[in-house]
Amino acid sequence: MAQAHGIEAEGLVRTFKGDITAVDGIDLSVEPGEIYGFLGPNGAGKSTTVHMLTTLLPPTSGTGRVAGFDIVKEGPKVRSAIGAALQEAALDNLLTGREHLRLQCALHGISRAERKVRAQELLERVGLTLAADRKVGGYSGGMKRRLDLALALAHRPTILFLDEPTTGLDVQSRSALWGEVARLAREDGVTVFLTTQYLEEADALADRVGIIDHGHIVAEGTPAELKAQIGRPTVEAIPADGATPEAVSRIMEQFGEPTGGSAKGVAVRLEHGVQDLAGIVRALDAEGIKLENLALHAPSLDDVFLAKTGRSLEGAAEEEEAEVEA
Amino acid sequence: MSALAQVGYVARRSIVRTSRQPANIIFPFVFPTALLAVTSAGLSPATRIPGFPSKSFLAFFLAFPFIQGALFATMNAGTDLARDIQSGFLNRLALTPLRGGALIVGQLGGIAVLAFVQNCYYLTVGLIAGVRLESGIVGGIVLIILATGVAIAFGALGAFFALRTGSGEAVQGLFPLLFVGLFLSSMNLPRNLIEQDWFRTVATFNPISYLIEGLRSLIITGWNWEALGLAFGFAALLAGAAMVLANWALQLRLTRT
Repeated sequence: MAQAHGIEAEGLVRTFKGDITAVDGIDLSVEPGEIYGFLGPNGAGKSTTVHMLTTLLPPTSGTGRVAGFDIVKEGPKVRSAIGAALQEAALDNLLTGREHLRLQCALHGISRAERKVRAQELLERVGLTLAADRKVGGYSGGMKRRLDLALALAHRPTILFLDEPTTGLDVQSRSALWGEVARLAREDGVTVFLTTQYLEEADALADRVGIIDHGHIVAEGTPAELKAQIGRPTVEAIPADGATPEAVSRIMEQFGEPTGGSAKGVAVRLEHGVQDLAGIVRALDAEGIKLENLALHAPSLDDVFLAKTGRSLEGAAEEEEAEVEA
Repeated sequence: MSALAQVGYVARRSIVRTSRQPANIIFPFVFPTALLAVTSAGLSPATRIPGFPSKSFLAFFLAFPFIQGALFATMNAGTDLARDIQSGFLNRLALTPLRGGALIVGQLGGIAVLAFVQNCYYLTVGLIAGVRLESGIVGGIVLIILATGVAIAFGALGAFFALRTGSGEAVQGLFPLLFVGLFLSSMNLPRNLIEQDWFRTVATFNPISYLIEGLRSLIITGWNWEALGLAFGFAALLAGAAMVLANWALQLRLTRT
């Protein structure tokens, strides 16, 4: 009956030695078949949350249920229902891809005959048939990630945890992995809990997004809902040589309040949304002002992160790294 | 799935891993036999010491490669486990229904297979070099069983260190320490012929002495039940204690619920 349940957590807290609170009272509810994106910078508490939900780390306090089972009291049942690809593709460089899959299937109690079929099926699914009998040490980062995903799927889990699955991958590998994750959710009904620090990944894949910062969920909703919280799009005009920014600014401000733009440009948040764009172009043209560029910026998840935390996601990551180095 | 099946899967992986690391195979075969050749050639006059228990120093010293091979087992078992911890592979295993005990025993199963092959090789080298087993063919079988048991015991010690420290470097640091322990035993001379009091005392309290003496007794004495009893006893004690410690360290490391 595990399929009827997703992931639930209430007041999940995890502290470490030195009174470090990595996760500070997280509440979560992920519906079956949903792709939930857990977005945040390095050190925000994403991986610690995944470790607790996958039973690898007991919470300091709070409760959680995964696939209908308690993460503290029913660890083995949780583990049998989930698949997980953790932050680093944890593979044995001396084993081949096929050997990895057979070992994983064997440890999950899959019969010898089925193991062979299942391993082949998964290798085909992640596009590793040609490299199946090569040692993993010679795989590229993308191949390792795909094998990692295949291993997580070996025992046909109903819930899949992916901890930063595309970090360090090239665009092509990233896109292939996104396609497979989306297919798993849409066609196989697998619930996916995906942590990422890539805005576009959460935007492209997730049905709902939770934004985590310093161990707290600061915003949650569908990407569209979150962006709508930020509101209207902005438009930025960069005057061509000869045009005065003041003149551009005077016209633009008729259509919305000024916002921070680039050094050379003038940006405003559109009062009536995208429909103002045509009016701006007409007004600028009427004044004979020439532009080098005119760009419309739809609100992004980074804007949401900025609005909720006061920092951009990229800046937050750098800040966390600086803290770690210090 | 039975614990035995799990042990089998982990042991199989351990054997495959070892077979794909030439250094893990070549060194345990080459170094002990090279040291056997050099030492027995250099120290052969020691057989003229009154009371020396054998006319052949090669036969007397043949127990050494079995113990040194077992020390290599410590390093192999430990570094393999440490690598699994560092790479996160242990977490992957922790997410399967694998029992903690099966992980340790399976890892040691792989070590036992390698040790068995090593021990057969050392014995064959000794026999080819002219050593005659005083305990006969059965003694040879017992010798291999005892030496494999010693390798398992040292392997468990390596597994404990790996699980406690999570560092391959720390495990490798253990090797020279154990090697010093080997030199401070009755490896080169029978304890009653060691003239330095402090050395004799250390060798007497050093369990490695009894492991060596048990193995040696099968080669040069025949069936010395006391020496064999002490060797099997210390091997079992060391293996048992190291397994308990390794299991405890695994519980600490695997915080899964």
